[in-house]
Amino acid sequence: MRKELGTFVLLVVLCVVLAILNPSFLSSANLQNLARLIGIYGIFSIGLGLVIITGGIDLSVGSAFALLGVLLSIFLVEWHLPAAVAVLAVVLIATFLGLINGFLITRVKIQPFIVTLCGLLFYRGLARFVASDETKGFGSASGFETLQSMATGSVVGIPTPFILLVFISIVMWVVLHRSVYGRYLFAVGRNETAARYSGINANTIIASAYVFCGLMAGISGVLLAFYTNSVSPSSHGNFYELYGIAAAVLGGCSLRGGEGSIVGILIGTALLQVLQNLVNLLGIPSSLNFAVMGAVILIGVIADQLLRQRQAARSVR
Amino acid sequence: MNPILEMQKISKRFPGVIALDAVDLEVFPGEVLALAGENGAGKSTLMKVLGGIYQPESGAINIDGKTTTIRSVSDATANGIGFVHQELNVFDNLTVAENIYLGREPRRAKFLIDRSKLNSDSDVYLKRLGLDISPHTPLLELSIAQQQMVEIAKALSQNARIVIMDEPTSSLTLTETERLLSVIGELRSQGVSVIYISHRLGEIKQIADRVVVLRDGKNAGALQRDEINHDAIVSLMVGRDLKKFRRQEAPVETKPFATIQDLRTRRFPACSNSFDVRTGEILGFAGLVGSGRSEAAQAIFGVDRALAGGIYLDGKLVTIKNASDAIKNGVYLVPEDRRIAGLIVDIPIRANITLPALSRYASAGLVSRKRESKRAAEMCEKLNVKAPSPETNAANLSGGNQQKVVLAKWLSLNPKLMIFDEPTRGIDVGAKAEIYELMRELSASGVAIIMISSDMEEILGESDRIAVMHEGTITGILDRADASEESIMKLAVGH
Repeated sequence: MRKELGTFVLLVVLCVVLAILNPSFLSSANLQNLARLIGIYGIFSIGLGLVIITGGIDLSVGSAFALLGVLLSIFLVEWHLPAAVAVLAVVLIATFLGLINGFLITRVKIQPFIVTLCGLLFYRGLARFVASDETKGFGSASGFETLQSMATGSVVGIPTPFILLVFISIVMWVVLHRSVYGRYLFAVGRNETAARYSGINANTIIASAYVFCGLMAGISGVLLAFYTNSVSPSSHGNFYELYGIAAAVLGGCSLRGGEGSIVGILIGTALLQVLQNLVNLLGIPSSLNFAVMGAVILIGVIADQLLRQRQAARSVR
Repeated sequence: MNPILEMQKISKRFPGVIALDAVDLEVFPGEVLALAGENGAGKSTLMKVLGGIYQPESGAINIDGKTTTIRSVSDATANGIGFVHQELNVFDNLTVAENIYLGREPRRAKFLIDRSKLNSDSDVYLKRLGLDISPHTPLLELSIAQQQMVEIAKALSQNARIVIMDEPTSSLTLTETERLLSVIGELRSQGVSVIYISHRLGEIKQIADRVVVLRDGKNAGALQRDEINHDAIVSLMVGRDLKKFRRQEAPVETKPFATIQDLRTRRFPACSNSFDVRTGEILGFAGLVGSGRSEAAQAIFGVDRALAGGIYLDGKLVTIKNASDAIKNGVYLVPEDRRIAGLIVDIPIRANITLPALSRYASAGLVSRKRESKRAAEMCEKLNVKAPSPETNAANLSGGNQQKVVLAKWLSLNPKLMIFDEPTRGIDVGAKAEIYELMRELSASGVAIIMISSDMEEILGESDRIAVMHEGTITGILDRADASEESIMKLAVGH
């Protein structure tokens, strides 16, 4: 819990500063939009967090968003598939992509970075090809109005993606922090050899994390496509995997594996979105967007490291 | 002739053990000195003192008659001491020449490597060893034996006058060994002294001018060239007072409980071994380091799948494809390396204990922390684990207490066959006695036990029968009555 505390303090401080400097931060329109984005980003960040806990990485999420968005548009607008079928198909495809990653990593024994880097390139190219490099959209959503309003709407003022995130977080909190499977994830991420010597099938556990990450990317992918309402295959989802990785790391996941928490990932996601919001609301040139985010993440990680070194020094004494 | 090296009254202690107790060693120019002794006799420690890796508590080192302090590896190198370690310290992503001159590269214009000088200089030393290897060759393409030669060339390039070789032949084939021995002969004729550590008495007989034997960290004696023979070395190696610790003869059933048939491991694919473990028996596995005992244990436990072999428990064939199968069948392994394979050191004791059968502490897939804690507390109490609480990380425990946690993992289940691989290595005397006590209780309660140990006292004191392995094959299984250090040593060195 102590690990997340630093990021949480940073988040609160940023919110307070932002609210003082620009009170419209607290306007309901801004908060709603913020919550919607936190929902979309949070869902796939949880998926990435699980992968990172096993000591792996998934770089293909952003490109998968482009491919999934393009496919969703084609299924709904061009093929006129029933909304439920189209969404299910997209989510299943995403899960299948995760399965391929898991297979290549655990059976063919290729490093996760390389496998998913290839995915990053491959899915992007495939998305552009399938869409003939044209922007795909959902038009007036005729035939799937309910789906669109569900994905972009709100329930009692709370955006649907945020509600979905809360639900997924609760389930995944239990799974990760209370279930047998969750314990195995941490064990395998921390020390694969000892986990194998305890009779845990490390390959299955690791592969399952990639499958889950794919599933989460599928859900986020659908929400994101409706949020942007148009999918430009060459730029849709660019860098999104890095937001997920950053959120997980800010939230206390170690890239060495075996460490992390759902609460931390949520705080990390929120922090990144508030930062983005800060750049917009304070009139900082949007070209500085990435620079601000990079600087804050670096400061956060340095502070964490210094804190830990001081703690280690104290425990030695 | 004056000795080139004199080590006088060298003592070195580690927490809980005196590794070296006033050991003397002399080496003469152009001499091949074999250093012999059982596992743990202090050979490697003595050489690490000479090589600057360990600092002795007391004693003096004279080189060319002058007292010399060796504080670091670079001090040793500067004094003409080269060390070829058992685990090679080579970079297989670099070429032969780059390895030889690593950190001392000849330069041009201060920061460019002078490649032609690098290669031609290396070539001199390769030629001196009579090697037909190009200095350009990437190390990756060389065999282990050739890589070892590169290490020797490196020592020569640093003007080594004494070359230490720590079990250089342990991973070499017969022909490679012959080649190494002829290189050692070459070094001797050039006036270089070699200190040769080996368990293989045949090699020692063939190459050594003199043998110095260590036993329990003390000098046990020395043999001149014409006195060197198998029996003389063995009796110096083992000549300890025999057996205050031998345990009470237990009535052992002769019915085999576990039968291992035609087991073949990946490390020794050509060797096939069969043996029985009887109900309530401790079957000791003796042999030298690297003789294939751990590999057999890992194959039985399923973490390293056996190439072939059947495992019968209570007459029934059980299929063990992975550790999970073994655990389901009550076959458990306490591995040699507890910090890597036995435990996840940076999670709490509680989580380590419950890991192999976590579902027992869970309902509907959710782990009950309460049930876990209760069990962990019980096991810590039962095994007398000294820890502030079961929530303490395993990393913060002493070796003995860590080992008890590994045992607690398995004892909270239902063991039928337990394999202990070096159960008391690096463990203090008190905890050792507790672990022996536990093993006896287990065997008395009907658990079949295999105990791999390189500690002769432990093997003789704790086993009911003793299987001895040599290079992947069981060379004999001794009954307790026939077992002695000498009979075990003979089988262990392949006689």
